[in-house]
Amino acid sequence: MREITLSQAVNEALREEMRRDPTVFVLGEDVAEAGTPFKVLSGLVEEFGTARVIDTPISEPGFVGMAVGAAMTGARPVVDLMFGDFIYLVMDQLCNQAAKQHYMSGGKLTVPMVLRTNLGATRRSAAQHSQSLQALVAHIPGLKVALPSSAYEAKGLMKTAIRDNNPVVIFEDKLMYQDKAPVPEEEYLIPFGQANVLRQGADITLIGTSSMVQVALKAAVLLEKDGIEAEVIDPRTIVPLDEARLLESVRKTSRAIVIDEGHQSYGVTAEIASRLNEKAFYHLDAPVLRMGAMDVPVPFSPALEDLTVPTPEAVAANARKLCAGELIHAA
Amino acid sequence: MYRQMVRIRTFEDNANQLYLSAKMPGLTHMYSGEEAVAVGICEALTDADRITSTHRGHGHCVAKGAEFKAMFCELLGKAEGYCRGKGGSMHIADQSHGNLGANAIVGGSMGIATGSALRAKLLGQDDVTVCFFGDGATAQGLMYEVMNMAALWKLPVIYACENNGYSEYTRTEEIAAGSITARAEAFGIEAHQVDGQDVLAVNALTQELVARARKGEGPFFLELMTYRYHGHHVGDINREYYRSKSEEKDWKENRDPIIRFRGFLVSEGIATEDEIEAMNAEIARDAAEAVAYAEKAPYPPAHEVDMHVFAD
Ligand SMILES: Cc1ncc(C[n+]2csc(CCOP(=O)(O)OP(=O)(O)O)c2C)c(N)n1
Repeated sequence: MREITLSQAVNEALREEMRRDPTVFVLGEDVAEAGTPFKVLSGLVEEFGTARVIDTPISEPGFVGMAVGAAMTGARPVVDLMFGDFIYLVMDQLCNQAAKQHYMSGGKLTVPMVLRTNLGATRRSAAQHSQSLQALVAHIPGLKVALPSSAYEAKGLMKTAIRDNNPVVIFEDKLMYQDKAPVPEEEYLIPFGQANVLRQGADITLIGTSSMVQVALKAAVLLEKDGIEAEVIDPRTIVPLDEARLLESVRKTSRAIVIDEGHQSYGVTAEIASRLNEKAFYHLDAPVLRMGAMDVPVPFSPALEDLTVPTPEAVAANARKLCAGELIHAA
Repeated sequence: MYRQMVRIRTFEDNANQLYLSAKMPGLTHMYSGEEAVAVGICEALTDADRITSTHRGHGHCVAKGAEFKAMFCELLGKAEGYCRGKGGSMHIADQSHGNLGANAIVGGSMGIATGSALRAKLLGQDDVTVCFFGDGATAQGLMYEVMNMAALWKLPVIYACENNGYSEYTRTEEIAAGSITARAEAFGIEAHQVDGQDVLAVNALTQELVARARKGEGPFFLELMTYRYHGHHVGDINREYYRSKSEEKDWKENRDPIIRFRGFLVSEGIATEDEIEAMNAEIARDAAEAVAYAEKAPYPPAHEVDMHVFAD
C-alpha cells in the first residue's frame, strides 16, 4: 500500500469530502493560498476557490461563531484553528453555542461542524503553543473529540467528523504532520467510538491517545525484552469512548496504564482510569496508572520541555513495576 | 403589524403573571415597550429568513410567527414546548419560522447570525439573517470581529441593536463610548438610527434594507431607539436607583408603540375602535387558553433528560 504523510491524509480527506458534498467548506486563518502554516491544506483553494476555502481575519471567536451559524442553517464548515492553545479564545462559541444548541432546542437544531486543531509539546514552542487541551473540550457534553494517531487514522476520522451531525473537535499532533503511514487509495471511514487494538498482549494494557500511541508501542517493544506482553489500544475518540473494548482488555490483562499528553490532573487519563477502576475493579491486580504531561506550563528549554511529557522509557518502567506487584502512585 | 404587537404585549403580560404567581420557573426578561422593533423588522422577513435573538427574546419569537401554546409550554418547561422544555425563556428557538434561538450569553449569537449569512452566500440562497442584540452587547468584542468579516465578504446580515437605554442596571451612556452607529460605519457598514417606537418607520426601512441585502448590498446596521417597561428581568422591581418613575411614565404614556399605531389606524380609517377592541379581546382569549393549556400540559418524561445531547 502507498504511504502518505498525516498532512496529506488530512488534505485528501477534505478534498474528497468537498468533492462529495458542496455544503462542506473550510474557514480559518491563512487556509487558502498559504494552505496553513503547517501546509496541511495546500492545493485546496486551487480546486475549490476562495468561496469554499476562506481566509479569515485573526478573529477566532468570530469565525468559530460563524461556523456555528453556518452549520445550524445547512452548511458543513470545517474550521481550522491554527493552534490548539487558541481554544481558550473560542470557548464561548464552542462550549456555550455549538455544544448546546441541539440539546437546548429539544433536538430541533443541529450543528454539524468540525473544528480541526492540534495538540502536543516537544516542539520548543513554549507554553502558549504547546498545550494539549482535549480534556477541556471532552468535559463539555455535546462535543465529540477525535485524536488521530497516524495518517491512516487522521484521514478516516476526518471524513467521519465531516459527515457527523454534531460539533466535532479533532486534535492532530503537531509533531506528526510529516509522519507517513500506509493509507489505502480506496475510500474508508473510521467510525467514532471504536477503539483500535494495535498489539495484543496478556500482561498489561497500555491505552494511549494521539502521539502517545507511538509512545505506548515503543514501550511495548522495551517490555518485550523483559518478557512482558503489553496490549496497546488507541481509543481514537475520547468522546464517544469505546469503554467496552478497554474493559475487555483490562479484564484479560488485569493491569493498565493510560497515557495522554494533556496535563495529568483532572485529565483524560484520570477519566479513563477511573472508569476502569469502577467497572473492572475485581479484575485488577493493581490500580490503573495515569501518565499525562506534568502539571506545569510547558517550558521552552529543550532540557526542561522533554521532562514534561511521558516517554516510552517511563511508561515501560512503570509497567515493569506494576507487573512486579509494586504499588506505585500516579504523579 | 398591530395584531403582532398586541400579541407580544399580551404574551408578556401573561408570562409576567405566570412568573409572579410562581408558576413559571427560572428567570425571564420582558419585551413590553419594544414591540415595534421586533414586529417592524420581522414583518419584513419571510420564514426562510433567519433571526437570532437575545435573553429578551419572547418578542422576537412571537414576531417571527411562533404559536402561543408551544411558547407557553416552553416557558413552563413542558414537553410540548418548542424545545421540549429544554430551553426555557432564555433559549426558545423556533426552527419552523427561522428563529435560530434566544441566547443567554450577551452578544453570543452575533457569530451565529453572521455565519447563517455566510451560508446563504456560499450556497447561493437568497435569505437574509437579522441579528438582534441590545446596546449592552455592543461592548462585546465578538461583534467587531464578525462585522469586519460581514463587511469584507458583503454578507446578507442586518445587525439590529435594540437601544433601550439600559444595560441591566446601567445607563447606556455609562457603558458605550462614542456613537453606536459610528462603530458599524468604521467597517464601511451603512448604519441607520431609527425611532424604535414607530413600527411603520422600522418596517419601511427594514423592507428596503432586506431587499438590498438579498441583492448582495449588505451588511447593514440599525440602532433602534426604544424602551423596556419592566425591570431588567421580572424580579427587578425596585429600580429607582437607576431610572425614575417619571421617565417610565413618560415613555409609557407618550411613546407607546401600540397606542401610537392604534391612533394611526383609526385616524386613517384603516380600522375602527370597535374592530381593534375585538382584535385585542380575541388575542387575550387566545393567550388565556394557551396558558391554561400549558399549565395542564405534561412535563417531559425523565428518559428525555439524556436525549438530544448528540444528534444522530
Ligand atoms: C456574557 C454575559 N455577560 C453578562 C450577562 C448578564 N446579563 C444578562 S442581560 C445583561 C444586560 C444586557 O443589556 P443589553 O444588551 O442592553 O440588552 P437588554 O437587556 O437591554 O435588552 C447582562 C449584563 C450575560 N448574560 N452574558
